[in-house]
Amino acid sequence: MGEIILSALVLLGVFFCFVAGLGVLRLPDVLIRMHASTKAGTLGAGLILVAVAIYFGDTATITRAVATILFLLITAPVAAHMIGRAAFRTKVAMWKTKIEDGAEENLHR
Amino acid sequence: MDLLETALDVSFVMVMLGVAFAFIRLILGPSLPDRVVALDMMTVLIVSFCGLYAILSGDTAFVDVAIVLALIGFLATVALARFVERRSTRLTPRTKAETPKAEGEIDG
Repeated sequence: MGEIILSALVLLGVFFCFVAGLGVLRLPDVLIRMHASTKAGTLGAGLILVAVAIYFGDTATITRAVATILFLLITAPVAAHMIGRAAFRTKVAMWKTKIEDGAEENLHR
Repeated sequence: MDLLETALDVSFVMVMLGVAFAFIRLILGPSLPDRVVALDMMTVLIVSFCGLYAILSGDTAFVDVAIVLALIGFLATVALARFVERRSTRLTPRTKAETPKAEGEIDG
């Protein structure tokens, strides 16, 4: 039973990792690619680390796995925000989109 | 342990395919932010690879490797994002509001 749960967690996590990689390759512009890498990538890595915590099951490993998940969850939005702002300010070409009124002045684009 | 080993074999292939896709984006990427996003993606994928390898080898040391990789990846992403932003302000022509450089100030 435990083996089935572990395999399911690993396969689900790795599926999200794969989809994130595919999204980074195939999606049309920086901000949309970031959407794939940040959300799907963090979810996939988190699921695999949950599988690691369940597989080993001792306190030290569970603590480290949970610390890694929390660290990923905290840092991924910060990093994505910084790259997104840098990309917007450096005037990277966007895919068919309308930029909000005043955003260019407010963000010093 | 047969089911879990099969799942792990499939998982390694899929994670490596994800890394390969991100690497293709790193090479193709039309702009610098694209490449930074691809590097960030590769770091997260290698963190999950370390998790998978910890399960396969039964060695908990790989969880530590995952923590350190996540940390270094975050620092690298932040530094590269700052670099992209700074470089853009340096490349665009100066506006009048910016004060000219003082005499003898080191460029950098």
